[in-house]
Amino acid sequence: MVNFGGWDMPLEYSGIISEHEAVRTRAGLFDVSHMGEIEIRGAGALELVQWVTCNDAAKLTIGQAQYSGLMTERGTFVDDLLVHKISEAHYLLCVNAGNQDYDFDHIVSHDRFGAKSENAGPRYSQLAIQGPRAKEILQRLTPVPLDPIRYYHFTFGKVDGVDCLIARTGYTGEDGFEIYFDPEFSEKLWDALMHAGQPAGMLPCGLGARNTLRLEAGMCLYGHEIDETTTPWEAGLGWICKLSKGAFLGSELLARQKQTGPERKLAGFEMLDRRIGRDGYPILIAGREAGRVTSGCPAPFLKKNIGMAYVPAATSSLGTEIEISIRSQLAPARIVALPFYKRPQ
Amino acid sequence: MYPREYRYTKEHEWIKAEGGTGTIGITDYAQQELGDVVFVELPKVGAQINAGQSFGTVESVKAVSEIFSPVTGEILETNSALVNAPEKINQDPHGSAWLVRMRLADSKELVGLMDAPAYEAYIAEKAKEHSA
Repeated sequence: MVNFGGWDMPLEYSGIISEHEAVRTRAGLFDVSHMGEIEIRGAGALELVQWVTCNDAAKLTIGQAQYSGLMTERGTFVDDLLVHKISEAHYLLCVNAGNQDYDFDHIVSHDRFGAKSENAGPRYSQLAIQGPRAKEILQRLTPVPLDPIRYYHFTFGKVDGVDCLIARTGYTGEDGFEIYFDPEFSEKLWDALMHAGQPAGMLPCGLGARNTLRLEAGMCLYGHEIDETTTPWEAGLGWICKLSKGAFLGSELLARQKQTGPERKLAGFEMLDRRIGRDGYPILIAGREAGRVTSGCPAPFLKKNIGMAYVPAATSSLGTEIEISIRSQLAPARIVALPFYKRPQ
Repeated sequence: MYPREYRYTKEHEWIKAEGGTGTIGITDYAQQELGDVVFVELPKVGAQINAGQSFGTVESVKAVSEIFSPVTGEILETNSALVNAPEKINQDPHGSAWLVRMRLADSKELVGLMDAPAYEAYIAEKAKEHSA
């Protein structure tokens, strides 16, 4: 068990490689109850969400979710999050465990719209079932037809008799679902899903595989690729930064940075030998220190060693040869396209 | 579980001494803590290593672990099979997945290391700390 944002969580069950492989080829079950939930209600709910986040929540239909960023006044990330539109005046935000209280205070402090915000983490448990066989496994336990739920959409219904919000979202690069429910039923639903998934070869998965899966899929992790010093443009998240929606926190600075272009950019790299460029290791370009690895690890499915790092925009083009300083030796690597892995459609 | 004829360090290396040479590896406890091993870096043959000195690394998916020499001596041989099959360390840490063989400078150094019962007691204590 490791301590993660105040939660004791398993890093691995059967082993990171086997868990990772299970999610890519069959299915995996993650207890992600540590994730935080914040609910925004009332007539000003949409205005508040629009003001504090960078994606355009006005585009959401009821039953749709979007990936977004909670912004500082400087257009940097307080957190990244999923915004679910439950009704015209009700939004459910799913945020990172360690940031939940800070996010909540931040949102409330910027509420001049009269919305009602609730720090609702303790009212929810969350399980993520991910992988090509996730739908078939979850379907055994719910009368809700899962096929019609499109990617980044959700609905409400019973799973094994328990009321759930069932969202077709995830953090692995695979098809799958994240279900939110009353913590009272955590063990019951975990056991029911494990039982239903066993014949399909589903494995319980820990934080270790969650990290290798999201990195292979080129997804950012708060505190690594994004934080209060990075903007969506720098992080390659321009697609969630909608300046056209009107003013929001940090939008002026973000508009300016869009014009000038960011000075640094998040890049993916792969190692050219067997060494592993890990979090925090220095990156050298043309012999000069040019940044640090934000996340780096073996990619169990691709069978390469990969990572992400911020590099000067001028030297971020694909194919650029870089070096990573590993215990004072230089290991060759190359900038490659993100994501490293894309699931077959 | 832990071979009686081996000696152990607090950093979870084992050494099996025969005559003037010692075979060194990491313990089953260490491989379990590391998880899936994916990369091993070993010293050059002929390198002179002091007791307590780091002479290589074992990396798993999640972590890097330095290997500290239990004794002083010269590297006679490294286990080249581990270069292409580092996962052997998870499968047979006390046997075929040995890391290096050394010529011992002073076999009296072995006296300061733990025997198997002492090491077993040591890791039982560690496990208790973990669950606490």
